[in-house]
Amino acid sequence: MARLIRTEKEVEGRFEEVWIVVEEDPLEQWPAGPLAVVGRPAPRQDAPERVRGEARYTADIKLPGMLHAAVLRSPHAHAHVRRIDLAPALTLPGVRAAVGPGEAHGLEEEAGFSGAPVAAVAADTLAQAQAAVEAVDVEWEELEVVVDPDEAVKRGLLRDEPRRRERGDVERALAGADVVVETTYRTQTVLHNSLETHQAVCEWQGDTLHVYISTQFIWGIRQAVSETLGLPEDKVRVVCEFMGGGFGSKNGPDEYTYVAAELAKRTGRAVRCALTRREEHTSAGNRNATIQRLRAGARSDGTIVALVGEFTNSVGWSGWNASTEGPMWMLYDCENVRTVTYGAQLNTPPMKAFRAPGFVEGTFGLECLIDELAARLDVDPLELRRRNYAGSNEGTPYSSKNLEECYRRAEPHWERRHEAHARSDAVWKRGVGMASQIWYGGGGPPSYAWVRLGSDGRATVITAMQDIGTGTRTAMAQIAAEELRLPLENVEVVLGDSARGPYASISAGSSTTPSMGPAVRAAAADAREQVEDIAEQRGLPRDAPVEEVVSLLEESQILGKGARGPNPSGMSVLTFGVHVVEVAVDVETGEVVVERVAAIHDVGRIVNPLGASSQVEGGIIQGIGHTLSEERLLDPETGRVLTTSLDAYRMPTIADVPEIVCEFVDRPDEHLTNLGSKGLGEPPIVPIAAAIANAVRDATGADVHELPISREEMLRALREAEQQAREKEKRGAPATV
Amino acid sequence: MSELRLTINGGEHVLDVPVGTSLADVLREELELTGTKIACNEGHCGACTVQVDGVPRLSCITLAHTVEGEVTTIEGLREHPLVEAFVRADAVQCGFCTPGQVVSAAALVAARPEPTRDEIRHAMAGNICRCGTYPKIEEAILTWQD
Repeated sequence: MARLIRTEKEVEGRFEEVWIVVEEDPLEQWPAGPLAVVGRPAPRQDAPERVRGEARYTADIKLPGMLHAAVLRSPHAHAHVRRIDLAPALTLPGVRAAVGPGEAHGLEEEAGFSGAPVAAVAADTLAQAQAAVEAVDVEWEELEVVVDPDEAVKRGLLRDEPRRRERGDVERALAGADVVVETTYRTQTVLHNSLETHQAVCEWQGDTLHVYISTQFIWGIRQAVSETLGLPEDKVRVVCEFMGGGFGSKNGPDEYTYVAAELAKRTGRAVRCALTRREEHTSAGNRNATIQRLRAGARSDGTIVALVGEFTNSVGWSGWNASTEGPMWMLYDCENVRTVTYGAQLNTPPMKAFRAPGFVEGTFGLECLIDELAARLDVDPLELRRRNYAGSNEGTPYSSKNLEECYRRAEPHWERRHEAHARSDAVWKRGVGMASQIWYGGGGPPSYAWVRLGSDGRATVITAMQDIGTGTRTAMAQIAAEELRLPLENVEVVLGDSARGPYASISAGSSTTPSMGPAVRAAAADAREQVEDIAEQRGLPRDAPVEEVVSLLEESQILGKGARGPNPSGMSVLTFGVHVVEVAVDVETGEVVVERVAAIHDVGRIVNPLGASSQVEGGIIQGIGHTLSEERLLDPETGRVLTTSLDAYRMPTIADVPEIVCEFVDRPDEHLTNLGSKGLGEPPIVPIAAAIANAVRDATGADVHELPISREEMLRALREAEQQAREKEKRGAPATV
Repeated sequence: MSELRLTINGGEHVLDVPVGTSLADVLREELELTGTKIACNEGHCGACTVQVDGVPRLSCITLAHTVEGEVTTIEGLREHPLVEAFVRADAVQCGFCTPGQVVSAAALVAARPEPTRDEIRHAMAGNICRCGTYPKIEEAILTWQD
């Protein structure tokens, strides 16, 4: 029966209260461990199309008569359009239409960052459109540029009210602490750099707008576009069959979609608007930089008595103030915590969610601070984490938590540090570090799926979900095959089109499998129950093979439907894990090499261990880029992006990859849905930076405080450590470095 | 417009395209060979990799009229055992870089049928995968003959 509930919905660590209709979820969970199909490694069903270059991405969509749009972007980090003349562009060859500020959503007269969209042109070819954009005549009034986050905070240039929270009495706890450590950590701006750039192709057919778009949220695009353009939702069709990466940056439609829609309307033609790689670097969003001024106090027995943080997120011109303080509140059992988080509004490109926004940055600061504390207390870092293990999420019970099991499995990797030290020489120092992971990833309703079963014993799962490269099709096919007791190759998944399937949740916040998986299982169970009824009428046992039961149905089909049930009320659904990293540091040049990563994650039931290991490896490798080499640089005077190409912005290559050992606790969360699975897209990127930094400290005795750990930062930390050692020696204490 | 003669995947093509057109644009726009992807369009990422006479070439920074020799794209390598090896090893996530990875890998294994890990890392370092599929790509190339 359908039931209306008021519930808290979480995406990327942000909560809102919503009304939703849920259906009962009467299915009991499957037993733990590998089943017939679920829990066993399965190559991706859509891998052949992708590998052979047959998969059709938005970038490959070519509609008859399609035009190409190019966007005029502000060269100034803060400026106002005093006057704009599109006429020179319109006279150029191939140009069909042009729009200026206010004529398409997202094109504005006030440019708040260098790269902000101002106008756009559609032409027969992309080269013609790009040439025409150059011809647009703009008179700018330049305005004051603010790019320094501390200055923005001082002047009250904030995206929202400072977020202040306190539990307990921090000042009293600090006064009574045996040891207090205090450090400022800084993390840099990094770019998503999905290989398929942000883009959409729009076409009007009658009064319906067809939007082909590289997106993480088909239904979010449908809703946003219909609302912005004043169209009924069913007059917007959104299609995304294959998409070339998003990492959080493709959750909404942005200006390129509205530009394509408006220019398509004006020309009566299909229009593609695709960002170039350089636009991707200036205008498509980023993980914001942070400054984290942190303090921790502990008793000599290792009890952490106080945690204090002042966080500044360099949000940029738009975007939101992510929960960088989250790990400080949630990871440890600490009675006294006080944080304030500022979201600085700057004349810089906008922040967008990027794979565990806030928690990646906050975990770097907190978990480095914990190791500094461990060093001061002379307590083993793993032991210190265990002594402060949180038993509840600020009083709310966990739906499941197996972090202690992760720690237990981390021990053999952690023990390798003695052997790693022994492999050090005068130049290359080796060490081992660890960090814990906490993050969301429980998903939630609504999400729906249909299952269609034919007399040939083949089933199709239908849902208007997107597969952003995480293996959604395959995981959903495994779940349906398990429930239908069919071989995996008999199940296909059709997704990617809002006109051809029911509502599906966003693929962000590690929510795809936990949101959609239970709906698919429910739909398959609905179909299976019908098959069992038919079996009975044929005089067969209820559990007779499905293929045998349906074989006489000819054109008849069995149709099952399923919905995602509610999350458990009064419980915190969270993911956990730990990384243990081995590094080598060249103390002469400051080069840091990650040699080995052991990742143990607790995300409930694992549906496809093969795909899951790919998620973990991918998160770790992206995190290594964040930690060691990636940084979007700005000119501090003009606010212009300096790193606008992939030779200046250095992402990991295959040559940078360490040995990666990946383990899962793989225990179903008994309180979470009929599946017991949580999400895995984000957890592996959360602890890696801190684990690397802590390994660097273990190897060299030097504390790095900034990401990326560039050679400059590494050499600075080494010099600082040497200086401290000298001072200590002078004071007569034995040197530790 | 200027006449362009190309041999692609064993087939002869005579086209008329402006001088200055990149090989990637000719493949994708003129010949509908969209397996070759463009991700940066300035020669930094490897997604557009094709082979010219068996040697990997970045088609986005190759002027079509300068090409002498036989072009092989992913469409010409669809039956290569590497394809099955990539599928088996899960050496694909979003898949946008994958055709270029396969084209580079095919050139490597043609020259060195049993490459070492170091040789793979050397030969494949020009093909960026933002999803971080690298360990599986290495695995696929190590096991391509299985």
